Amino acid sequence: MKEQDFARVSERLDGISRRDFMKFCTVIAAGMGLPLEFAPQIAAAITAPQRPPVIWLSGSACTGCTESLLRPSHPSLEHLILDLISLDYNETLNAGAGHQAEAALQASIQKNAGKFIMVVEGAIPVKDGGVYCMIGGKPFSEIVRDTAAKAAAVIAIGSCASWGGVAAAKPNPTGCIGAPEFLKGKTVVTIPGCPPNAYNFLSTVIHFLTFKKLPALDEKGRPKFAYGRLIHENCERRPHFDAGRFAIKFGDEGHRKGYCLFKLGCKGPMTFANCPAILFNEVGPGAWPVGTGHPCFGCTEEGVGFNIPLHTQADLKYITPGAAYPHIVTERGEGASVGAVALVAGVAGVALGAGVAVAKNLGKTEHGSSSKGE
Amino acid sequence: MQERQVLGGKVLTIPFKVCAAIVLIGLFFIGKRFIFGIGSVSNMNDGYPWGIWIAYDVVVGTALACAGYSIALIVYVFNKGEYSPLVRPALMTSMFGYTLAGISVIFDIGRYWQAYNIFLPWLSNLHSVMFEVALCIGTYILVLWMEFAPVLLDKFKADELKVRLNRIIFVFIALGILLPTMHQSSLGTMMLMAGHKLSPLWWSGFLPLLFLITAVVIGYAAVIFESLVAAIAFKRPMEMHLLSKISALMPWLLGLYLVVRIEDVNLRGYLPLAFDGGLLGNLFLLENLLFLAALLILAYPSNRQSPRLLFIASCAMLLGGSMYRFNTYIVGFDPGTGWQYFPSVPELFITFGIIAAEVMAYLWFVKTLPVLPKLTKA
Repeated sequence: MKEQDFARVSERLDGISRRDFMKFCTVIAAGMGLPLEFAPQIAAAITAPQRPPVIWLSGSACTGCTESLLRPSHPSLEHLILDLISLDYNETLNAGAGHQAEAALQASIQKNAGKFIMVVEGAIPVKDGGVYCMIGGKPFSEIVRDTAAKAAAVIAIGSCASWGGVAAAKPNPTGCIGAPEFLKGKTVVTIPGCPPNAYNFLSTVIHFLTFKKLPALDEKGRPKFAYGRLIHENCERRPHFDAGRFAIKFGDEGHRKGYCLFKLGCKGPMTFANCPAILFNEVGPGAWPVGTGHPCFGCTEEGVGFNIPLHTQADLKYITPGAAYPHIVTERGEGASVGAVALVAGVAGVALGAGVAVAKNLGKTEHGSSSKGE
Repeated sequence: MQERQVLGGKVLTIPFKVCAAIVLIGLFFIGKRFIFGIGSVSNMNDGYPWGIWIAYDVVVGTALACAGYSIALIVYVFNKGEYSPLVRPALMTSMFGYTLAGISVIFDIGRYWQAYNIFLPWLSNLHSVMFEVALCIGTYILVLWMEFAPVLLDKFKADELKVRLNRIIFVFIALGILLPTMHQSSLGTMMLMAGHKLSPLWWSGFLPLLFLITAVVIGYAAVIFESLVAAIAFKRPMEMHLLSKISALMPWLLGLYLVVRIEDVNLRGYLPLAFDGGLLGNLFLLENLLFLAALLILAYPSNRQSPRLLFIASCAMLLGGSMYRFNTYIVGFDPGTGWQYFPSVPELFITFGIIAAEVMAYLWFVKTLPVLPKLTKA
């Protein structure tokens, strides 16, 4: 990206340096598993004069997803979120309130029909006609259905919007379900997590802006670049698992030494997410649950988070502990034992003796055979 | 068609019983290996994952079993029917050698119950030399048994089956020449990737060629050796007219081998290593001197008429060829600091048991099946 192109948007970025901005684009490209050559393309898409309108709907949620999106400590990241996209409606961040906000929502939907990105935060209660979540006198479920019909893409952020999350935990009195189940037949990208990693959301949006299509999704609608691997596969405590070193109780010696948390109920072996790879809030190593000493509770995985009790031991999906553990000292083999040398020497002696005997014998018969003249 | 003879006579002789005792000891340790694992009987380790079972039983053993290959080359490719009396005994030793090599691989691989996967085409790794060797040897064992099948059919008078087999046996004979050419050279290829871990006296881009030549040399030497020893053991006249003709080939083969072998080391600049007085240098000299001795003996036509000198030359070739292969796989191989390997007693007994089983099978077969050529009354 050229200096003058950047100057055009730098004001919007609240004074972030071009260098920092390109770094951010590179990180985003790497996070999606794209070659770094895509960074300039991404930069161009982000800084395009037409800011993509985003409509952010909140249902049965704790607002944690919005909060987590505002918290990345990278300077000016909130500007990237709020200034580079046109966030036309978000109940937490709206300046206006009440009828004024609802009018802005309707105006944006009318104006950008077929072009805006709709983000759903929170589960959708459907029991009793959806009366357990009403906004502006309308059930949330109705708002979601009407808005989704006109959206270019639908993203469900957080575990609640993805599959019900904590709102749908048993006994689920309000009949909460996730957006994909509610909007059956429509492609819904899910970014589960409680809270989800802001970068996974940003990367998905930026992918959409850069390539005009959604990233590759798995069968649960999760972007494969972020949810393709088990936590267990990239966990920094994995060597302890393989070596059989586990924390057994909170605060015990193993726990203090940073051993594997599997026996404390860590759901890393059955949860797909990139937490150990990209961490949270850009504050350096260890900034994720397992890194701080708490077992993963499987927030991104339907049927695990808010479903299996926190300290129940996880099922090992396909990575099992070794049947045997490596030796501390590598055995490098033994030299020749007396018995082995004696045996080899003995056999060699017998073979040599037999060879000599045969040769002698052949000498004797030599004359005999030639006289026979056969 | 060459007439064959069932040797007859008592099977349970003293040598047979001695071999049986060794086989029993071997079986005991094989049982131990399958119950307690490879580590309980073998000295193999991560530095030396290939021990005597591979180096002797497979790499040397299949070379000793190249008698069938070498004779098939001369009888079927060069169409010299006069050598056909040598075909059946040679095929038989090959069959035993290869079969037992195949069996000993099962002892050597950790997860032997997975071995059948080699033969499933959709799991093939076509870029692996080891796969090629495994598939080739596996197929060749089958081919050898098919080539030998007429002997068994003779025995059981299954004439109809034999006629049918004779119609397709050319396929097996052709495979019987193709397959050893492939895998004997590949046995050399396998050590190419050892790179600097293998002493430069043995590591060479010519490993496949050298392994192929040694396979043929050892094959002919084994034919000569087997024929002479059988003549003494069973008090039969020696097949000198055939043996001296075959041995006339050997100086050429040995000469070719020695030129490639020495010049290859020389061109790479490592020949001085041979004369530094160390173990490896001395072994290199010994192995090539054995070949040279055989070459010098067999170069003179008069020597080729003497059974004793023929026997000594064949022993020199067998020993030299075996040493070359053994040194390439174990002695010249140094995986790095601190690793060492010498076969343990149980490991050795398993190998000796396999050799003894081969001898027993030979004795049993020649006495009960029409293998050796029929003696014509003078």
